[in-house]
Parts: sequence; structure tokens; C-alpha cells
Amino acid sequence: MKLDAKIPEGKLEDKWRNYQIKSQLINPANKKKLNVIVVGSGLSGAGAAATLAELGYDVKCFCYQDSARRAHSVAAQGGINAAKNYQHDGDSVWRMFYDTLKGGDFRSREANTYRLAELSAPLIDHYVQQGVPFAREYGGTLVNRSFGGVQVQRTFYARGQTGQQLLMAAYSQLYKMVRAKKVEMFPRSEMLDLVVIDGKAKGIIVRDLVTGELKRHAADAVILATGGYSRVFRLSTLAIGCNGSALWKAHKKGALFGAPSFTQIHPTALPQSSEAQSKLTLMSESLRNDGRIWVPNQKEDARKANTIPEEERDYYLERRYPSFGNLAPRDIASRAAKERIDAGYGVGRLKNAVYLDFKHAIEKFGLETIKDRYGNLFKMYKKITGIDAYQEPMQISPAAHFSMGGLWVDYELMTTIPGLYAVGECNFSDHGANRLGANSLLQASVDGYFILPNTINNYLADEMKSDHPTIDHPEFDKAVEEVKSNIDRILAINGTKTVDHFHRELGKVMWQECAMSRNKAGLEKAISQIKEIRDAFWSDVKVTGDSNELNTELEKALRLADFIELGILMCTDALERDESCGAHFREEFQTEDGEAVRVDADYSYVSAWEYDNGDFKLHKEALEFEFVKPSVRSYK
Amino acid sequence: MKVTFKIWRQEGPNDKGAIRAYEVDGLTEDMSFLEALDHLNELLVLKDEKVIAFEYDCREGICGQCGVFINGRAHGPHDHMTTCQLHMRSFKEGDTIVVEPWRAASFPVIKDLIVDRSAFDRIIEQGAFISAKTGTAPEANAIPIPKAVSDRAMDAAACIGCGACVATCKNSSAALFTSAKINHLNGLPQGRAEEHKRVAEMTYQMEIEGFGSCTFTGACEVECPEGISIINIAEMNARVTKAKVLG
Ligand SMILES: Cc1cc2nc3c(=O)[nH]c(=O)nc-3n(C[C@H](O)[C@H](O)[C@H](O)COP(=O)(O)OP(=O)(O)OC[C@H]3O[C@@H](n4cnc5c(N)ncnc54)[C@H](O)[C@@H]3O)c2cc1C
Ligand code: SF4
Ligand code: FES
Repeated sequence: MKLDAKIPEGKLEDKWRNYQIKSQLINPANKKKLNVIVVGSGLSGAGAAATLAELGYDVKCFCYQDSARRAHSVAAQGGINAAKNYQHDGDSVWRMFYDTLKGGDFRSREANTYRLAELSAPLIDHYVQQGVPFAREYGGTLVNRSFGGVQVQRTFYARGQTGQQLLMAAYSQLYKMVRAKKVEMFPRSEMLDLVVIDGKAKGIIVRDLVTGELKRHAADAVILATGGYSRVFRLSTLAIGCNGSALWKAHKKGALFGAPSFTQIHPTALPQSSEAQSKLTLMSESLRNDGRIWVPNQKEDARKANTIPEEERDYYLERRYPSFGNLAPRDIASRAAKERIDAGYGVGRLKNAVYLDFKHAIEKFGLETIKDRYGNLFKMYKKITGIDAYQEPMQISPAAHFSMGGLWVDYELMTTIPGLYAVGECNFSDHGANRLGANSLLQASVDGYFILPNTINNYLADEMKSDHPTIDHPEFDKAVEEVKSNIDRILAINGTKTVDHFHRELGKVMWQECAMSRNKAGLEKAISQIKEIRDAFWSDVKVTGDSNELNTELEKALRLADFIELGILMCTDALERDESCGAHFREEFQTEDGEAVRVDADYSYVSAWEYDNGDFKLHKEALEFEFVKPSVRSYK
Repeated sequence: MKVTFKIWRQEGPNDKGAIRAYEVDGLTEDMSFLEALDHLNELLVLKDEKVIAFEYDCREGICGQCGVFINGRAHGPHDHMTTCQLHMRSFKEGDTIVVEPWRAASFPVIKDLIVDRSAFDRIIEQGAFISAKTGTAPEANAIPIPKAVSDRAMDAAACIGCGACVATCKNSSAALFTSAKINHLNGLPQGRAEEHKRVAEMTYQMEIEGFGSCTFTGACEVECPEGISIINIAEMNARVTKAKVLG
């Protein structure tokens, strides 16, 4: 299969305009006759659904929660980047593009990354117009702060609830179009299969989570906006319901999966405290603007943090990366924490954490300023741990957080199945091997609001000439049958172990072998272990209740069955890539002082995997760097 | 740690429902309250029983999907906290913990502890938006918004839509939820153009959905995880009058 990214011609700064000039248009009267399905109501899904409806398309939007407002975009705390250069600190579209490309360790396309930066400024305008109460100066202008991996201030935020505020804007706009009867919203509906007719995406099968009924929906195009799949690790900063199922079903129907193993491990989450734990709570990266990270320079130091004198503290990020210090990018900060913890310097009851200390910031700026900046994060920390972080340092630890990988898409955000698009975190597009903080609210929003509504017409203009699909097509019957037999099979096993038991097992293997650092032997072992987990799951899982009722246990089982298969692909991908780049750190490829060794000569490509009857076949999209020269990514 | 959960079980909307008791051992203080319920559910599966249906998603206090009555209080024993943020360290060995769904006519029970809060979405649908299309926005700094104004809008906008305010109110009023949204949008220059229409339509929808009227007991403010102030309700009432005169 030849992968064509469909990059438009011209200079980097002209590409998006050149694309739009050549793209086909559809007149408003004809748009009304076209139906589009959007699976997901996060920033990417709600943004796409609302905007497509405004343009005149008939839209159906789906989410598994009880309301569109609960999509996991809601949990983003820190902020959203834009090259506005409001701080007059030398920012520009070019600089943002370069930071993002370098942050991703030169494993993404120049053209996509540039477009992300280019569309960032109008996005802030859009959100302000929709009523997002971004932080402001006394004079009324917008405030910015810094995030990891950059030296300018380009992050916009709404207290510690940026994602929530952006999502409220997107959800409001979505419901405006529900009221206009241009969007039909289906909450509590989980997509369990994709329907492909004559090689094109034409519909989906969803399970009504209240009645258990399997429902068919047909459309002229299908957009997946289902978010990240880091729950494959079980313990992660994602919501409990986040899943990879929609992607996985699309993958099995022919969509290639891009860079599945590229996973971001976030350095500042709360440490795991018990085996029963179901999720890890993130403490926003913004805290690293003022907090300093350290561990004692004696192993197993039992003293209380506040009693350890300055000279006996190791501010290891400041020591190893003097020019970025505590704002080193996430992959680097996480690995550095792991290095200290593994070497025996970890703190906390389980010795699995490092300190994030605000003592100096409080001395310098005063308690009130720190409260104003991070008040709700400190409150949240106290609610969960019972500790007052104004008095003693926070304890933090790395956690699985974001999937850079996802369905492979071209410049138009179309997957390898014509008519199937992937937007937001569920695609592999702009972040390469590591995403910069505050770039993904941006990517999800820009995909949904600005890009997809300008590219989908290029496909639909031709589709108008063919018949609209209907739900009594035999492919729908087939898909419903497949879903039904899968559900029946799970319910019939009646084994001896719970779904969560198998998820914990999978999580342990994935975290051990396919997270912050990876090696050949470990990954090979992981693949065979996951296959054992898969076989055990399919012979020994126990799910009670029925398929024709609200059954949360069945929902979990269906998601886990897909995660298990996805886990195998992730390890396969990590094993194939004999280099270290970004978040993908292969122990065999490092310098003497533990920095990543990238192998551009052999691996300057995006891996795109084809599903092949339980096996996977690799395709490569070569990355060509026309405008910048990939350099060694250094934050020293 | 061992406790006795007394949990509301109800097969479906038409079932009568009843409290059932479950003794659960093997819990730890570090566990969140929802993790304790997860643990109970695993035990139920192994005993071949149906699991207790309860809701959650983010488990960090922001999505608003969780929410049950715990010993008669919405979201449990603490002020300004969601159910998912509650930890077992708030209970003692041997405690009996009564768990029930939100009780409000406009939030019918779907199953066990899960209720239908779609009435909230329908209130939002009636004007909780700014009718500007994607692609039409002016430069973000073109309209300065003083920090105090923006901060107040943010205070109101923090609502997570959990429904605790309705559930805890003796009149099942949705005034706190609705007023928070109205004040967020009407407080900003961008929301001004549609302010009167928004107030009239959202409050009308609130009535159609069968939510009761507010008698200012202040119970909602205490249970609200975001500490949304009841001053919002007073402000909304003033806006309702203004909308009638000017709208
Ligand atoms: C704790 C946390 C903090 C973060 N902080 C930041 C930050 O400060 N800045 C930043 O830029 N990024 C941040 N991120 C990342 C960012 O929030 C996400 O990448 C982004 O919001 C994803 O948006 P999305 O639209 O792709 O997906 P989501 O918002 O996750 O939405 C997914 C949607 O798909 C639906 N769905 C999923 N599966 C199915 C299915 N099978 N059937 C039907 N519907 C389905 C869900 O119901 C939901 O509506 C953070 C992420 C986390 C987890
Ligand atoms: S006002 Fe408070 S209690 Fe009511 S829905 Fe919003 S967050 Fe929940
Ligand atoms: S689960 Fe999201 S607020 Fe409790």
C-alpha cells in the first residue's frame, strides 16, 4: 500500500491556503442532503459536529457518557497554546512550529505541524467569542504562561480548568445546533463497529448503554473523535471510560494505525497508593512554572521534606538541563524522575515519588499570588491526599497520559478508509514522538473547528453523486451479527475472574515494558505475556448480567478485549523501532549520560500498521524535511 | 477496613427498588469511595450477582458524572466535594454507609444509583450559548475584559453539571445550576447581545422540566463541589425581572 499524505504544494506558509483554493466546494443546498456521523463530543468531536452543522450538513453525534459535556477534554487543567505573541517575547508561527516539531523529536510532518501553529491564533479568537473566561490582566488583556519545552509564554488558561471551559464552549455551540435541529445527539451510546460498504465508511453500529439495543446509523462520512487510549495501561490520567474500541474496530476494518506505541508519560501525577487504585490524578504541568522538582541526595532519606537542608537536595532537572530546568519537556522530565526513583532516591510511603516544591515561589511572589495562580490545584491536592501543599512539597510521580499514536491520517485528516476521518487525540498527526504541553487542546480544537470542515467537502463533493447508504444494506446486517456474537461469547464464558483482574494484569505488563523505557527482550516477553492474558480472558472472564440491559461490567469487558489486542500492537511497534525518539526510549539506544539516540538514517518514518488476521503488517510513510533540518534534540 | 454498605438497588425505572445491605471487608483508607464500590462489585461478580450500577468517568472531580447520596448527604460527608474525591479515610472501621441515588422528580432513576440528568442538557439547549458561528470571531484582545469581570464569569462557569444542587434542595430546584450558566454568559461582553432572551428561555425551560422553585435555603451552595454561590440565584432573579421589562 502506498501511503499518500496529500501534502499540498508550495512554501510551508502557503500550503494550507493552496489546499483550500484547490479543494472542491459544495453549495449550501446540497450540504443539507449530506449526513455525517461524529463519534465523540470532546473538543474535536463537538467542534466538528457544531461547525459542520453550521455549514449545513446533517449531523449525528455520539458519546458514551450521559452528556456531551463530560468528554474527557473537560479534565485538561493547564492551558492551550497559541502563537499570538501577546507577551512580545519573540514568539511567531514559525517558532511555535519549530518548537512542536522539535518537541516531537522530528517524527511528524512539517506541513501538519505548521498548520497547527498557523491556526492557533484564530482559535483563541474563536474561544473568546464563545465566552471562554480566559485569565486576564487588570487592564483586560489576555494573560499567558509557559509550558514545558518552550522558552516563550504562549499558553492561555482559565484558572486550572482550561479544558472544562473550552469544552463548555464547544458543548454550548453543539447544543445551539441541537436546538436548530441540525445535530441529533446520542449520549450513552457506544460505537462497537464501523460499517464499510464498497471500501468506503458508511455507518456505525452503536450499543445503547441503557437498553443494550444494537442500533445502526448510516451516513455519507464517519468522523472518529474518540480521544486517547492510554487506559490500556489501566492506571492513567484518563477517565475510566476512555477506550480504544472505536479505533480498534476501524483498524480491523482496514484503517492503518499510526505509531501506536508513542505514548506520553506525564511527569507530574499523584503517585499510586494502593493496588485497588483505579486512576492517577494529574497535577497540571503549569505547576512547573513555579514549582521546583527535587529528591534528597541521600538514598532512603527518612527525614521530612521541610527539614532537609538546601545543600542536601538534588534539583535534578535543573542540574541536568540547566537551560530548561523544571520546564524540560515531559518525556525528559518523566524519564529523569524514573531514573532517580529506580536509583533509590524516591520519596513517599512507597518510595515511588519525587517532590514538587513551592517554597521558593511563595517566598518570592507571596502566598496570595501562588494561590491566585494555582489555588484550585492545591485544593484538589489536599482533597485527594489530605496534605496542604502550601506547607510542604507535593509528591508527584509519572503516569500514562496521552496517545500521540492513533489512526494514520493524511493532510485532510482522512484515514486509509475513504470517508473515515479521525480528529483530535485519536489520530496520529501533529505531535510526533512527544507532545508539548498545551498543544493537544489546540490540536483537538483546530482539527474539529477549522481543518475537518474545510477538507471533508473535498470527499463529499464526489460522494454526492452516489446513492446515500441505508441501514438495511447487508454490510450492516453483518456488522450487527459480529457485534452480537462477540457480546454473546463474552457473556457465555462464565469463568472465575473479573474484568478488572485482567485489566490490572494487562496494565502491569504495559507499564513495565512499554512505557518510559523499553528494550527488545522486555517487549518480546510482553507480547507473549499479553497473548496469555488474551487467552485467559477469553476462557476465564466472568461477566454477570445480560446484554439487553444497562450493564457496566459488560461495557468494561468489551473495552478491555480491544485494549488487549491494541496492547500487542503497541509492543510490536515499539519493538520494531530500533532507535530512541521522544517518548519512545529504547534502552539499547542511548548516550553515555542517558540521552536518547535517534537513528534518522533508518527510522525517519511514521509506522503505519495494517491489521492482517490477528497479525500486523508494517507500512512506512517517509518523513521528508524540506524546511528544517532535524537536529539533535537538546534541552541542556 | 470493614464497613457495611446499604445500597439502593432498582432494576429499572418502573421497578420499586429497595435498600440492600452488603458487608465489605478488605478496604483500605487510601481507597476512594468509588474504588470501594468497585471492590464490592468484583465480589458480587464472583458471587454470580449483578453489579451495582453507579456513575463516574473522570474520577477527579471535574466531569460531574458521579454523584450519589451518602448517609443522607449529596456527595458524602464533606462540603464542596464530588463523590469521586471522597476517600475511605473519611469513614471508620465498622461504619454503616447508606448509598442512594439523587432524588428528584426531574432526575428519574434509570438503574440502581444512576439517574437521568438530561433535563440539564435541555436547559443548556435553550440559549446557554453565544450565537456566533465558527470563523466569525474578532481579534481576542479587541474587547478588553477587566480581570474582575472575567474572574466573576469564571466563578460561575466552574459548574460541573453534577446535579447535587437539585438533589439536595427540598424543592428540587435547578436555580443554582441555571443561574451559574446565565451569569457566566451574561456577565461577559460577548454574551450581552442575547442576554434577555437567554434568561427568559432558560428559566422557562427550567419550569417545563418540572424543577421546583428556589426558596433560598442555601443548602445547594454547601453541597456544590465548585462552591457556586447562591448570590448567582439572586442575580438571576434580578435578570429575569429586567428581561421582562427590557427583553
Ligand atoms: C488529565 C488531563 C489533563 C490534560 N491537560 C491538558 C492541557 O492542559 N493542555 C492540553 O493541551 N492538553 C491537555 N490534555 C490532553 C487533552 O485534554 C486531550 O488530548 C484532548 O482534550 C482530547 O480531546 P478529544 O476531542 O480528542 O477527545 P475527548 O475529549 O477524550 O473526547 C472523546 C469523546 O469520544 C467519546 N467516545 C470515546 N469512545 C467512544 C465510543 N467507543 N463510542 C462512542 N463515543 C466514544 C467520548 O464519549 C467523548 O465524547 C490533558 C489530558 C488529560 C487526561
Ligand atoms: S451548581 Fe454546583 S451542585 Fe449544581 S450542578 Fe453545578 S456544580 Fe453541581
Ligand atoms: S467522576 Fe468525574 S466528577 Fe466524579
